[in-house]
Amino acid sequence: MLNYIIRRCLMAIPLLIAISIVTFIVIKLPPGSYLETYIAEQQRLGGEVTQDRVEAIKQRYGLGQPTYVQYFKWISGFPRGDFGMSFKAQQPVAKIIKERIGFTILLSLATVLFTWSLAVPIGIYSAVRQYSVFDYVFTFIGFIGVAIPNFLLALFLMFIGVKFFGADLSGLFSMEYMGEPWSFGKFIDMLKHLWVPVVVVGTGGMAGLIRIMRGQMLDELRKAYVQTARAKGLSEYIVIVKHVARIAINPFVSTIGWMLPGLISGGTLAGIVLGLPTLGPKLLDALKTQDMYLAGTIMMLLSSLTIIGTLISDILLAIVDPRIRYE
Amino acid sequence: MDKKKILEVKNLRTYFYTHEGVVKAVDDVDFEIYEGETLGVVGESGCGKSMTSKSIMNLVPKPKGKLEPGSSIKYYGLDEVVDITSLSPRSKEMRSLRGNEMAMIFQEPMTSLNPVYTIGSQIIEAVRLHQGVSKEEAREIAIEMIRKVGIPAPEKRVDEYPFELSGGMRQRAMIAMALSCNPKFLIADEPTTALDVTVEAQILDLMQDLQDEFNTAIMFITHDLDVIGEIADRVMVMYTGKVVETASVDEIFYNPKHPYTKGLLSSIPKIGNKEELVPIEGTVPNLTELPKGCYFAPRCPHAMDICREKMPPTFDINEEHSVKCWLSEKEGGSMNEE
Ligand SMILES: Nc1ncnc2c1ncn2[C@@H]1O[C@H](COP(=O)(O)OP(=O)(O)OP(=O)(O)O)[C@@H](O)[C@H]1O
Ligand code: SF4
Ligand SMILES: [Mg+2]
Repeated sequence: MLNYIIRRCLMAIPLLIAISIVTFIVIKLPPGSYLETYIAEQQRLGGEVTQDRVEAIKQRYGLGQPTYVQYFKWISGFPRGDFGMSFKAQQPVAKIIKERIGFTILLSLATVLFTWSLAVPIGIYSAVRQYSVFDYVFTFIGFIGVAIPNFLLALFLMFIGVKFFGADLSGLFSMEYMGEPWSFGKFIDMLKHLWVPVVVVGTGGMAGLIRIMRGQMLDELRKAYVQTARAKGLSEYIVIVKHVARIAINPFVSTIGWMLPGLISGGTLAGIVLGLPTLGPKLLDALKTQDMYLAGTIMMLLSSLTIIGTLISDILLAIVDPRIRYE
Repeated sequence: MDKKKILEVKNLRTYFYTHEGVVKAVDDVDFEIYEGETLGVVGESGCGKSMTSKSIMNLVPKPKGKLEPGSSIKYYGLDEVVDITSLSPRSKEMRSLRGNEMAMIFQEPMTSLNPVYTIGSQIIEAVRLHQGVSKEEAREIAIEMIRKVGIPAPEKRVDEYPFELSGGMRQRAMIAMALSCNPKFLIADEPTTALDVTVEAQILDLMQDLQDEFNTAIMFITHDLDVIGEIADRVMVMYTGKVVETASVDEIFYNPKHPYTKGLLSSIPKIGNKEELVPIEGTVPNLTELPKGCYFAPRCPHAMDICREKMPPTFDINEEHSVKCWLSEKEGGSMNEE
């Protein structure tokens, strides 16, 4: 088992390197050098750039030197937490990301929890009661969830909030808690806001997950071991939950891999509409303004998340499925 | 016969209501099984062997499958006679019979065990469910059962997963699980079909040894008459959901009466037998479009006019031998009142 995990981790390393190279190419794509962009930006803001400053930046990013040197200068900052500068915000990229990554992860995890805790039982029940009214109703509701664009649902929920509860549900905090230190009240306030993006982003993926769970269950229910379990005298609940669902959920685990980055980028639109302090809207912003170090770092982060997600999936899968573990 | 009756099936009819019509998977089946004996059940594919056993276990797939009114399955293993047809499939009473009083071994050793639990934990689950013992005791019982079915190194094997075992070993594990609660009645639905001949012989020996030890009644389903000759005391031949002949194993092999039984016998190779192999002509009819009269008439070399008109009743040749064929009426069989 430990062997398996170590092997998996080692395999992730070349992938990460490949991704960093691609990301660097993307950073270099826009015409003009960072320096020019930087100076232009500074002048636009009415500031002067001293010769010393120009030299320092040249030195830091290896400008004027071969591309591979620039790449190494860029990548060698990573271990120190130096991801370059956001020229637009005039701030280190690391600072911007640090401000947002916490909420992004929180929101993603909350969404995963929300979708799974609904999709799994609904999928199981739909399969056990295949073609029942319940099955049809939830299939229908699930597809409505897919069909309604996220931003529309977000607007709708905000409208409901204002209209019927007199509450502004946008953002993650109410005005009075913005910029305040953490307190119990702030936490509760956050929960009051958090459910909106969770529902908005979660419903989009729900139908797909219900279908996967339902299909897996139907496949498994046909198998001979189910008869064996029943013939033992086990109650139907134990047969379904302990024997069938236990196996049907395995492929589900492997969806974590593409789910993590999907949640961040998938939440972009909702994030913009709801004004959330997450990474999705920031990425879009950075790309629009060609703030390439920021955009590149976020992309790098998303790709790494995919790899980490896949890694987690594989390890979880090995834990839940002995057949994989022993291969 | 002084033997104690374990199970009595009467007028069992298990029908499936499908879009194509009513499938009479089991159609008016009567039989009895006694303590310590093996009843062999043979017949071509689709003749209702498995459905008969599933009806006994009260595991007929719902909602399409249904036992018709008048069906009766009586279990005599307890102090009081239990009519299984009166129990709801999911009721406590039914579940306390299943796996405990009566157990079942299935055809596919490869898929009949849950792949994500060790064989030990699957046996322990059954033991704990029915015997109310502690985890440790259940584990001891599981190891003991694994030893009994001849799996080497049981203390180690108990913690292995099904995929770590060969087909034969898995089927042994299946048998260990089925017998872990000392059932009085065991259904084995083609337990050796997926195994090669040497392994099959070992498993059959094992089942007979265990039967001697526990005095279990076994209903052994197969389409292999050689296996029947090996293991059965009595034989029940099924065709299109009906029992066409019941007799002791010797009677079936040396004095078969029903043309279908004769057909089955002449379609298997026998050592030292120079007669040519003659497979039964034609195929099993679709259960939704059964012919009038005797269902075997279209394939029967002896079919008479009456055969195409009237379903033959069951004639008793002697105490142990009954045949559902008009030919037996001529031979002087007495008509069975059912
Ligand atoms: N779920 C179902 N729906 C409709 N018909 C069914 C269903 N299950 C079984 N049947 C029908 O019941 C009949 C008896 O099936 P059964 O499984 O008892 O046959 P069998 O004698 O065990 O055959 P085999 O030797 O192939 O195992 C078959 O003709 C089959 O078509
Ligand atoms: S009743 Fe007639 S058709 Fe049926 S098996 Fe006997 S002889 Fe053949
Ligand atoms: Mg069968």
